[in-house]
Amino acid sequence: MIAWQHLARRLWHGAVDHLDAPLLTITFCLMGVGLATIFSATYDSENRILNQLVNMAVALSLMWAVAQVPPQKLMRFAVPLYVGGLFLLVLVFMFGITVNGAQRWLHIGITRIQPSEIMKLAMPLMLAWYFHSHEANLKLRHYLIAALLLAVPFLLVAKQPDLGTAILIGAAGFYVLFFAGLQWKIMIGLAAAGLAAAPFLWHMLHDYQRRRIMTLIDPTSDPLGSGYHIIQSTIAIGSGGSAGKGWLQGTQTHLEFIPEKHTDFIFAVFAEEWGLLGNLVLLVLYLLLIGRGMMIAVNASTLFARLLAGSITLSLFTYVFINIGMVTGMLPVVGVPLPFMSYGGTALVTLCTGLGILMSIQTHRMLVKK
Amino acid sequence: MRRRYDAFHQQDGDFDRFRFRVGFAAVAVLFAFSILFARFFWLQVMHHDYYATRAEGNRISLVPVAPSRGVIVDRNGAVLARNYSAFTLEITPSRVRDLEATIDSLAGLIEIQAKDRKRFRKLMEESKNFESIPIRTRLTDKEVATFAANRFRHPGVEVKARLFRQYPQGDVGSHALGYIGRVNDRDLATIETAGQDANYKGTDHFGKTGLEQKYEFDLHGQAGYEEVEVDAGGRAVRILSRTAPVPGRNLTLTLDIKLQEVTERAFGDRRGALVAIEPETGGILAMVSTPTFDPNLFVDGIRTEDWERLNNDPDKPMINRAIYGAYPPGSTFKPFMALAALEAGKRTPQQTIADPGLFNFGGHVFMDDKKGGHGLVDMYKSIVQSCNTYYYILANDLGIDGISGFMRLFGFGQRTGVDIDGEAEGVLPSPEWKRRRFKNPEQQKWYAGETISVGIGQGYNAYTMMQLAQATATLANDGVMYRPHLVKYITDPMTGERTMIEPEPLRRLPFKQQNIDVIKRALVGVTKEGTGARAFAGAEYEAAGKTGTAQVFSLRGEKYVAGKVHERRRDHALFMAYAPADKPRIALAVLVENGGFGAQSAAPIARMVFDYYLLGKLPKGAAQEDESAVEADE
Repeated sequence: MIAWQHLARRLWHGAVDHLDAPLLTITFCLMGVGLATIFSATYDSENRILNQLVNMAVALSLMWAVAQVPPQKLMRFAVPLYVGGLFLLVLVFMFGITVNGAQRWLHIGITRIQPSEIMKLAMPLMLAWYFHSHEANLKLRHYLIAALLLAVPFLLVAKQPDLGTAILIGAAGFYVLFFAGLQWKIMIGLAAAGLAAAPFLWHMLHDYQRRRIMTLIDPTSDPLGSGYHIIQSTIAIGSGGSAGKGWLQGTQTHLEFIPEKHTDFIFAVFAEEWGLLGNLVLLVLYLLLIGRGMMIAVNASTLFARLLAGSITLSLFTYVFINIGMVTGMLPVVGVPLPFMSYGGTALVTLCTGLGILMSIQTHRMLVKK
Repeated sequence: MRRRYDAFHQQDGDFDRFRFRVGFAAVAVLFAFSILFARFFWLQVMHHDYYATRAEGNRISLVPVAPSRGVIVDRNGAVLARNYSAFTLEITPSRVRDLEATIDSLAGLIEIQAKDRKRFRKLMEESKNFESIPIRTRLTDKEVATFAANRFRHPGVEVKARLFRQYPQGDVGSHALGYIGRVNDRDLATIETAGQDANYKGTDHFGKTGLEQKYEFDLHGQAGYEEVEVDAGGRAVRILSRTAPVPGRNLTLTLDIKLQEVTERAFGDRRGALVAIEPETGGILAMVSTPTFDPNLFVDGIRTEDWERLNNDPDKPMINRAIYGAYPPGSTFKPFMALAALEAGKRTPQQTIADPGLFNFGGHVFMDDKKGGHGLVDMYKSIVQSCNTYYYILANDLGIDGISGFMRLFGFGQRTGVDIDGEAEGVLPSPEWKRRRFKNPEQQKWYAGETISVGIGQGYNAYTMMQLAQATATLANDGVMYRPHLVKYITDPMTGERTMIEPEPLRRLPFKQQNIDVIKRALVGVTKEGTGARAFAGAEYEAAGKTGTAQVFSLRGEKYVAGKVHERRRDHALFMAYAPADKPRIALAVLVENGGFGAQSAAPIARMVFDYYLLGKLPKGAAQEDESAVEADE
């Protein structure tokens, strides 16, 4: 009898020891809110709840699996993952499938994959590993090499064109540099150079990207074209008021005025039905998530773990800020989903893998110290 | 050891810097989230009202509901124009990608003929872009069901229940009724001028001619509207509220459709016009223009073949001859000339002239129609036998100003103001008219010889049957003149309240009753012993009338022999009459184009009209031309 109980306890510990309760709780809360919102956004056409539950199950399983892997082992994946990802990006560049005017996908036998998604995690892994291995004597040239490692995939993805993902990849890489101690004057200098190069970059942008920026400045300039999304989503959010129209009561949502309402624009659905109060709750949930991530980063025992945790945490913030910024009409429309809320398996898997890494870093800390 | 210490120290420093940078990042995150929150506050609190309104505007669309058009009935309540509900299959071209393919696909489900396609294309050219346009009207229940089952395959196509106008009397009275057709640009301008834009949002038909046109704004009614929740695709999701339309007002006419029918039948296949008026009110009892047309053809948009047939018909069925055709009155002018003479003191009833059979005026000879003349002719005989010479001399005595001044009182050469559009003014000749009419100074001059022709209703004289009927009714009414009108009263369908078209006298002509009586006695003489005697033989009432013949074509020096002249060059036959003579209930003017003598083809029609109206006698077919009347007449 006691042996049986002992076995059960060991199994239980084996299952949960490497999970982080605060992270998991906040994530479940966000996923719950996400499911309710997806239900509202899709129940009168094609209900997506079951699909999303499957996506969540897959993503959470992967999170659990990743959480079991100690950071030292994760480090071993850094170079192969980065090189493989880069190789696939080059393949996409050469042979990729074009969907909606953008070349993002690669056919591999039965399915197609989006290599840029791999890069979202491979990039911080790679750079964190790089800085970790040169921890003892960091010189300017290390930062330069890191910048190069960052720039190549960024440009390949931006060229597809997928500005949203490119920004996320670039941000993830930059956060590693930032936490690794990139000097302020260099960052400020780069920012100044970037501003100076803006007119040049403007020419590099695709027509549709330029249009998106233009419509951001004046959405009414193209009310039926690219301005339509912004106009309708701001109407949805604004009409939600302070308390919202109530769950399933959003007229903008249910009368199909909001485009992409269960994916990138799901925040408009949420804000219309739950109002300012709901938004506040959502922001607090994201803040808690980010805060917990920062705690994990600060408590991490190796440079690799610190840099990786810090980058993943700030990446989460980047998702949230860009997505809500674009849905509320403050930022141009780029393809960035709202973490744990937007419908879709790919983003969930990437995000949950990131959470798994955070949990691994947090839960393998003691072992390292011992 | 030292080296290790340094390394360790450096690591410690790195760690502090890392903590500082995390702290910095935390502040940045908080700052960024504050910006998001500020944006939420701006959208959801400060500008909530604006966005709420925008959302409502998105959501709610006002859909106009066209009112049902007023019904038109005759004086006895017989329905002349009504509505019925039917299903139509309609396409909104702006929502269909491949129009031809869609129509082909629909044709596989529902019978769509070439004529339907043709009409659809015609309507599409005329219509605004966002309208739905019928491809098929009057669907059967089975067709509605068939389409409903296949609806999903045809975006932009829908079945609509619509009210259709129907004219149950077919081609009877069509010139008076007119017809409705789909709203075109000109109608839109009319609607806009009337400030009725909003009221016509859901209306797609408009009165085009006749009463349907004249009383359009009475018949139309007040549009209702539905507040409909629409989705982003513009499809109605549900109805939130409904304001019912107010149906149009109903017209009750003075027209007696049975009399109208009898009259039209009396014309047979001859072209002509007749206007019958109730002298006491000016109410029009019958207004005939033959040939007629079927107004039902126009309701759904007329088919090209029908339109061409009507338009190319040499008999011009679309022209309302009763108000638009101006004809010389011929001898029907004589009673009015005689009254002018009495009123002006130029003649007494007993005064006679000797008629040698011609009148020589300044070297120009005006022939009497009777060889050798009528002998001694007084006023009575001049009317009963229609003596031309009497009026040649009289015209000369009255002078053109005397004639035109008097005839103007009776309304000759002026629009009567009847309540349908398209009235011609006609021509009341006078020196002043001639100056206006012609540019060439030679032609502008009035010649005394022209006065002579005017005296017997020829020359420049040209009047509509509406004018002649009004003048006849005025005479029958002892000089009390009414505006002829077709509508007796307008009924509000909601309150039942009637707006009468009051028979208000236009004017009382200041004639001596004894003078009028002289003329009236002579007019009775016409139907008893004069030119109209054969047509009115055996009548059970006393009728008064005057025949007339209007020259269509001047035969220079040749003797007019009806049979030898091309049909289109035959004279027009006229008749003006009223009955019963002592207390007139009906007054009319009738014209048969190229009918020859008035007594020959016009008077028999008048007889049929009186027989039916006064006695209820139904004629057996069209009025027969009285060949022997040729000899007796002017």
